Amino acid sequence: MRNYLAPIFALLLMCLPVAQAKTSPAASNVAVEARLVALSAELRCLVCQNESLASSRAPLAEDLRREVREQISAGKTDRQIIQYLTDRYGDFVTYRPPWNARTLLLWLGPLLLMLLGVGILLHNLRKKDRGDIHADVSGSSTPPDAALPTLAQLQREFEDKKDE
Amino acid sequence: MKRYLPLIIFVALAGLLSYGLRLNPRDIPSPLIGKPAPVFTLDRLEASKRGEKFHAKSLLGQPWVLNVWASWCSACVVEHPVLNRWQSKLGVPLVGMAYKDSDDDSQKWLAARGNPYTVVIADRDGRVGIDFGVYGVPETFVIDAQGTIVLKHTGPVSDDVFADKIMPALQQARRNQAGVK
Repeated sequence: MRNYLAPIFALLLMCLPVAQAKTSPAASNVAVEARLVALSAELRCLVCQNESLASSRAPLAEDLRREVREQISAGKTDRQIIQYLTDRYGDFVTYRPPWNARTLLLWLGPLLLMLLGVGILLHNLRKKDRGDIHADVSGSSTPPDAALPTLAQLQREFEDKKDE
Repeated sequence: MKRYLPLIIFVALAGLLSYGLRLNPRDIPSPLIGKPAPVFTLDRLEASKRGEKFHAKSLLGQPWVLNVWASWCSACVVEHPVLNRWQSKLGVPLVGMAYKDSDDDSQKWLAARGNPYTVVIADRDGRVGIDFGVYGVPETFVIDAQGTIVLKHTGPVSDDVFADKIMPALQQARRNQAGVK
């Protein structure tokens, strides 16, 4: 995680002289900016939807980053800031959906599908062990192979055709 | 029965996925429905009302419609004639909020295309927009007499949206009002 943040942080520092030109000196804001980057990477840009608030250049994303920056400076906790955004934009604004009745299927769906798959697999394996699958086939009125012509038969037929 | 199981699973999955495909990913459910609308004060934009403030509180006691738009928004071009057509049928105030727009541009837009709004206000920095959970213009809200948001429509309103969503929501708002009285 730290490895991943370092280049972003470095980039951010490069932008600081421009971004901070209108506000206060950069040094005191480094901590704020670091939290802004960490927090906005967890938040979704509502306009572009598949981009995080940190990477989006949409005007709304810029406004929301400004809002988050101000709230960080005002001493709000990450939790309070995320609450502020979900109050307005819903859970959609966070990349990690919360645990609730609506997202239950989202969280448990993959597990349920896997359990279903494993269940079917075990069921079939057990059936095979008992010989049930084999019994199904041999239980039919004609042995499957009897209906098919043998290779010798086919060859004979072929020879007959050639003779005609 | 058993041999049809894969078919059943296939049909169920295909049904689920096609349902998902038809959902509109831009239609983000608003957590604000059923919640009190943000209380705000903004500058009025009409040339004759220059310098006057508009307080959202002044609309308490009657349902109203808030339309968020901008002169830079291309979908608003499509929406505007629809608003012009419907404003007289609404029977409630239609407030137009110019979102992140320059006053000049919004005024020019209204002069050129007609002004369907009872009140026009300027959300120059988009802060009130954020409070309303606006993430793209145009967006339209129906707010009841108690100041509760009854409906949010994202994207341009059409005649169908008015007939099927906005008018029923206003009726609902009026019923809310009658229930309280």
